Amino acid sequence: MEIKVVRKVLDANEKMAEQNRALFKDKGVFVINVMSSPGSGKTTILERTLNNIMPGIKTAVIVGDVSTTHDADRLAKSGAPVVQVNTDAFGGDCHLAAHVIENAASQLDLDNIDLLIVENIGNLVCPAEFDLGENLKVVVLSVTEGEDKPVKYPLMFRVCDSAILNKIDLLPYLDYEKDLAVESIRKIHPDMPVFEMSAKTGDGFDAWTDWLKRCVSEK
Amino acid sequence: MHEMGIANQIVEIASSYLPDNFDDRRVERVNLKIGKLTGIVPDSLRFCFDIITKDTPFSGAELKVEDVSVKARCNDCDNEWTVDQASFICPKCNGGNADITAGRELDIVSIEVAE
Repeated sequence: MEIKVVRKVLDANEKMAEQNRALFKDKGVFVINVMSSPGSGKTTILERTLNNIMPGIKTAVIVGDVSTTHDADRLAKSGAPVVQVNTDAFGGDCHLAAHVIENAASQLDLDNIDLLIVENIGNLVCPAEFDLGENLKVVVLSVTEGEDKPVKYPLMFRVCDSAILNKIDLLPYLDYEKDLAVESIRKIHPDMPVFEMSAKTGDGFDAWTDWLKRCVSEK
Repeated sequence: MHEMGIANQIVEIASSYLPDNFDDRRVERVNLKIGKLTGIVPDSLRFCFDIITKDTPFSGAELKVEDVSVKARCNDCDNEWTVDQASFICPKCNGGNADITAGRELDIVSIEVAE
């Protein structure tokens, strides 16, 4: 006997994400979900971003890591409220899910926040699948990774709204073909803004924060 | 990937569709549709499914996966094509404004139970 089901396996996450989205909209909080592979420089980018946009934009951060609070400790120095989520408490997960964000957001004073930045777990596969209730998704790629990462992880680069190509200060020391990387992003997501920058030196950084500020002001 | 979590979700959803008087009958097959863009590895999913379904009505059930190819439709020229290499640029008009129409599925279609 065949019993029809016809349900999305990630139904529960998608419902929770919609609930988060409604809450954030109600509170006037703009939410971005920043994803990348481990070591691309997400935390350094966020440190500089916080220093650049605060206090003008009241910002809070949810940081996901499999374990440790190292990233949260670094980001808290900016003065932004930071909630650390360690997924080993949720089964060593490889991504943040919507219920984790709901729980973390409940620890924040959403009435006093304009922008909530979610630093996802370093992973280019799983986080692409999980809607958190965010407004925008951003992917970070660094020039110490392969130029073909976008075509190897197409879903991630497809679902994101902008891409950051980080660590360009290292280009003189590498055989990295930057144009090839940008072309690779364009194949997957032709009209996506790509911000080439060094979060360490600040080179190219303003284009990113200008874009982010514009997105937040247009919310 | 997070196949263990996915396997858990599958069992949770499928269990809610078992009839009340199911008793000690067995589920023979779970039919799934998985898009190729999801990054799910069916063999890993089966491995996790087998582990978590021990001593449940799903023990020994087959996970039958229908692969779904990735398709996109161009918003400029309306061309729909199967995306078999990692590019979403329309092969007909070279436009970059396309929507994914298939390939992100991760659906439970049905379960088959012993009569």
